[in-house]
This record gives sequence, C-alpha cells and structure tokens, in this order.
Amino acid sequence: MAVPLLKQGDVLIASIQAALTDQDLVRLREDVADRVGRFRSRGVVIDVTSLDVLDSFATRTLRAIAYTAKLRGANTVVVGIQPDVAFAMVQLGLALEGIPTALDLEEGLAQLDALAGEGRHRDQ
Amino acid sequence: MTNDGTSPAQGGRDDDGTSPASPERGRDDALCVSIETEGDIVTARQKGRELAAAVGFAATDQTILALAISEIARNIIAYATRGTVTLGRLDEGGRRGVSVVAEDQGPGIADVDLAMRDGYSTAKSLGMGLPGSKRVMDEFELTTVLGKGTTVKMKKWLR
Repeated sequence: MAVPLLKQGDVLIASIQAALTDQDLVRLREDVADRVGRFRSRGVVIDVTSLDVLDSFATRTLRAIAYTAKLRGANTVVVGIQPDVAFAMVQLGLALEGIPTALDLEEGLAQLDALAGEGRHRDQ
Repeated sequence: MTNDGTSPAQGGRDDDGTSPASPERGRDDALCVSIETEGDIVTARQKGRELAAAVGFAATDQTILALAISEIARNIIAYATRGTVTLGRLDEGGRRGVSVVAEDQGPGIADVDLAMRDGYSTAKSLGMGLPGSKRVMDEFELTTVLGKGTTVKMKKWLR
C-alpha cells in the first residue's frame, strides 16, 4: 500500500498508514525525492499519527527520507509520533537524530514556515 | 525478574512449552507466524499487540512488545531470510505475561557479545534490534549455532 503524497502549496504531505511495510517506506523515499523536484517543494511533512510502531528500519528510513529531501532543497518535519510510540522508541534506544519533529500537521507546517523564513534571512 | 541473555536454562522452560524441539505446538493459545516477507513483520507485531492487549498489558507495554517483535522478526528477514515468530500466553503461578520465540535456520551469529552491543550491525540496520529488545523485555535468551540457526526467546510479565 503506497503512502499518499499530497501537494499543498510548496509543501508535500505524506500520511503514513498503520500497516506500513518496509517496501512502502522505501518507495516513499523514492517518491519524496522525485516529487520534491517535480513540484519544486520547499518542505515535506511526514505524518506518522496512525503508525503503531516506529522500529529501527522505519527510523532509519525516515532519516534517509529527510536527508534525501534536504539534498534536494526541502526541509522535512516528522509529525504525530504517538506518546506510546515515542516512549517505546526511547526505551529501545531509537532516535531520529536531527530531524525536526512537531506535535501534529498544523505545528509541522508552522515549523516549515519558520525554517523557510530563516532561509530567506540568510539569503538577504 | 531476570534479564540474562547468556543463561542457557531459564526457569519454566519445560512448562511453558518453549523448548526448541516443540515450539509451543499443541498449545491452543500459541500462535506461530511464519516470517518470510517483510509484510510478515507487520503481521507478527500486530498479533503480538493483540495478544498483549488480551493478556491485559497497557497500551505503552503493548507498543514496546510490538516494537521488540518487529526488531527480532526483522533480524530473521535480514540475516536468515525466513523463520518463525511464535507468540504465547504465560501463566506461571499467578504471574501472567507474553512469550515471544523467534527461530530461524540461518547462518547463526558468530560473535554474540558483539551482536548484543548497542549500535553494532553487520547489515541493514541501526544495530539496536537485539540489545534494544533485551532492554525492554523482562527475560531474553539468545541461542545460536553457526550454520544451524538462531533462537531468541523473550518474555514480558504483566505487573
């Protein structure tokens, strides 16, 4: 089941579903890299609200997606990590290392706005 | 509560039916998930979560159990190609819990101490699977024979 990628302005929004397989995640990585170029996106929001577990592979692939998007000129924010999922990640020792996170989609979009603002200031 | 990965004999090995020769066969509530594709990883962890919920674990512990199952099932795919994850209810002297047994006939682990170290991995992972799973479970026992396969037995008790 592919992860739907929605375009909203200059932001791509990926809503991950509960029964996400490794293949879906790898495909998402490819899709994000492709769409960021095609839509000239400046930001990517990955919504993991409905994900039941973030294991080591998912963690590593989310990092890969964020780094790939960054190399293509877009910032990535992961939103919606549920309390139990976050707690389990901490217990197991999994980390997203440097990828911005936000509580929900709204906060994530605001964070991307802020990041884009910083970028503009640097450009001036 | 024990969390000793090196001890070969855990208490209750016989009465909980998790000896290698009979991986919980004949037990009504034991559930064997064959792990052959990565989709089976999702199935195994979902079944594990359902079982944990039925036994009475809170949502946080259900998630931790699902995560540990995901990691050891992933190891089967990454290193042994195929194997099984067997989930069972534990009820020993009033203590209830969940047992998870992951078995494969893969290449085995050459250096168990190294494999149990945080951040160590020979392939495709963060190297958090085994040490992380051991950390979050109450009991963890790894048996491996080079060229024969690997068995990981884990238990989590309801508190």
